[in-house]
Amino acid sequence: MPQNEYIERFQKQHGRRLDYEERTRKRTARESHRVSKDSQHLTGLRAKLYQKKRHHEKIQMKKQIRQKEESNVKSSGPAEPSSTPLPQYLLDRSQPTNAKALSSAIKNKRNEKAAKFSVPLPKVKGISEEEMFKVVKTGKKTAKKGWKRMITKPTFVGPDFTRRPVKYERFIRPMGLRYKKAHVTHPQLKVTVQLPIISVKKNPQNPMYTQLGVLTKGTIIEVNVSELGMVTAGGKVVWGRWAQVTNNPEMDGCLNAVLLV
Amino acid sequence: MATFIPPPSKRQRIAVADKAREQQDIESIPDHLGSIRVQFYDQATGKSSGAPVSIPVADATVKNLELLLNTLQRNDTSERIPYRFSYRSETSGSNLNNTLDISHDLYHSLLKSGLKTTEDSISLQYTPQAVFRVRAVSRCASSIPGHGEAILATSFSPSSSSRLVTGSGDNTARVFDCDTGTPMHTLKDHTSWVLVVSWSPDDSTIATGSMDNTIRLWDPETGKTLGTALKGHTKWVNGLAWEPYHLQTQGRARLASSSKDATVRIWDVVSKRIESVLSGHKGSVSCVRWGGTGRIYTSSQDKTVKVWDASKGTLIHTLSSHAHWVNHLALSTDFVLRTAYHDHTADIPPTEEGKIAKAKERFEKAATIDNQVVERLVTASDDFTIYLWDPSTSTKPLARLMGHQKQVNHVTFSPDGLYIASAGFDNHVKLWNARDGKFITTLRGHVGAVYMTCFSPDSRLLVSGSKDCTLKVWDVRTGKLKEDLPGHKDEVYAVDWSPDGGKVASGGKDKAVRIWRH
Repeated sequence: MPQNEYIERFQKQHGRRLDYEERTRKRTARESHRVSKDSQHLTGLRAKLYQKKRHHEKIQMKKQIRQKEESNVKSSGPAEPSSTPLPQYLLDRSQPTNAKALSSAIKNKRNEKAAKFSVPLPKVKGISEEEMFKVVKTGKKTAKKGWKRMITKPTFVGPDFTRRPVKYERFIRPMGLRYKKAHVTHPQLKVTVQLPIISVKKNPQNPMYTQLGVLTKGTIIEVNVSELGMVTAGGKVVWGRWAQVTNNPEMDGCLNAVLLV
Repeated sequence: MATFIPPPSKRQRIAVADKAREQQDIESIPDHLGSIRVQFYDQATGKSSGAPVSIPVADATVKNLELLLNTLQRNDTSERIPYRFSYRSETSGSNLNNTLDISHDLYHSLLKSGLKTTEDSISLQYTPQAVFRVRAVSRCASSIPGHGEAILATSFSPSSSSRLVTGSGDNTARVFDCDTGTPMHTLKDHTSWVLVVSWSPDDSTIATGSMDNTIRLWDPETGKTLGTALKGHTKWVNGLAWEPYHLQTQGRARLASSSKDATVRIWDVVSKRIESVLSGHKGSVSCVRWGGTGRIYTSSQDKTVKVWDASKGTLIHTLSSHAHWVNHLALSTDFVLRTAYHDHTADIPPTEEGKIAKAKERFEKAATIDNQVVERLVTASDDFTIYLWDPSTSTKPLARLMGHQKQVNHVTFSPDGLYIASAGFDNHVKLWNARDGKFITTLRGHVGAVYMTCFSPDSRLLVSGSKDCTLKVWDVRTGKLKEDLPGHKDEVYAVDWSPDGGKVASGGKDKAVRIWRH
């Protein structure tokens, strides 16, 4: 461990070696030779580390070159007011950042087959049945059998749901943990809107949770996007669109989701 | 065991009910009303067709009136002209009030409502309608890729429906052969988006205006550029208007261009020079039209519409009634000015004088109302209203057309000058009577902003292009949806109906030009 900045101090007092500039010039001139020799002769772990470092360097280099090239091109004509071409009657209007970009993005994405099943949150942490359900032991008969469960997670319950008679009700979904709306973020436009939930499409934990409408992190829900004014190719208003829950609603007390694109 | 016939399906029941209703309507003229005296007047000249005629009320349908009038006019049976009849009450002196269309028969339009009795003599105005009938486009004949960016403007050649030019965001314009659905020429010299395209009325030149502040001229046959760019504007070009053919000095066509830089420039197309600069607007000039009486009409974002003298380059009137940007303007003679001497008969006069005479005759026929050449003007604005003007008589508007609930983007006159169609950002197209600006009907069906509308050349159909990716064809007389044309994958920015009625072209954000036909 060096004590204090003694090298800098020495240089300030006595200056550098007389041939310092010459030596550095020569070293940088030979640098490419050294790099070439290293890349050919290094073996083992060192080679791996070296290749990785070199790879990153090359990426940076390419980026810089590209930037340089772009700045060199002389731009003729005035800059366009927007990146996408617009007819003259829309030019001076501030384009509302609407959900239009979304629908075209979706179309482009669909063309890529691999992207068809990709979602923003591909993996979720498993939730055990013990955590999900609480055994209800109140009441005479129930206590004896112990088959009644209360769901401890937030749920979505459809508007037409009526409870079954208490005798037959196996799952209780508490009123306090029911959600009707979600804060849905549009990934490209970075806009968040509160939209009504239509249904729960898929709970990754368990198909039964899908049926029960349990909302956990990673759940795919269908939301009502009619307010956004998106249209299909046939000229009809898009009504439902899928979104994935991105937070733990039972911890946050609200439901955040991201629209699937 | 008796066999029961199953009850009729819902479809059958609806069909039967519809038929019954129709028959009810036809039969419901009472036959005890005797006859009524009718006098016919030509709407354009105001002349009567002869002495009043006594017609039995029971037979006074539009069909029969047409037949009668054709006989009175001594038209040959082989070339019967369809007529449109309207009733104008004589009590009010002004010719703007109380014009009523006879939709089916005299009884339902006039007598039933108590407007007239069989004791009175009725004066009916007649207007000849197009002798040809355009069939509604119903299918996509071809979808032509090629443009690398959104299509911003499209226009058919005035002479035929087989040539089309489109301007695009990829800095090119393309000429298409619509019969085969193939691109013919790519016009690439612009350095930015091509915002407007326009064919000269004699079909010899294409003018394109661009975001790079220039206008270029092209030969549609070879696809070669004609000389250098017309430079002068300091901002992009919003609109182009050719000098009407019958006003052109031979071989020296002129072109007016409006720009974002608040000026309008008149160019000599041959020498590529600026003939005059019309400056006076304080905001972007959104639209320019060159009228057949030698006047230039411009609309601007400074809320005014200005009328200029094209020969002297001076301001004649400033029409200021709008409260916000004026987006678009249309002339009642737009169609004949665009097509000049090309009409549905497709016979082009061999000589230059003949062409000019024919163009002049067509213009005067379209513009004559009550024996005067009147060029009506309609302007659409961001203040949700439309104004109808008659700039030759007054600087006050004839009518204020209210009803749109959002900005009005586009207005057009029908080729016969009887209807106005307006398209707005409130998803509706509205139809208005062009004589007095009375509201006729709203065409509902689009679920996105309607960007553009275009009438068929016989004025019986209207096509509208919208943000909701569809085109819709409407029947003007009934106000019903005739055809829904989905197919575009994104917003439709530009639509045009060919002057001979055969095809409709549309282009938009999905980069493909689509050609629609029957």
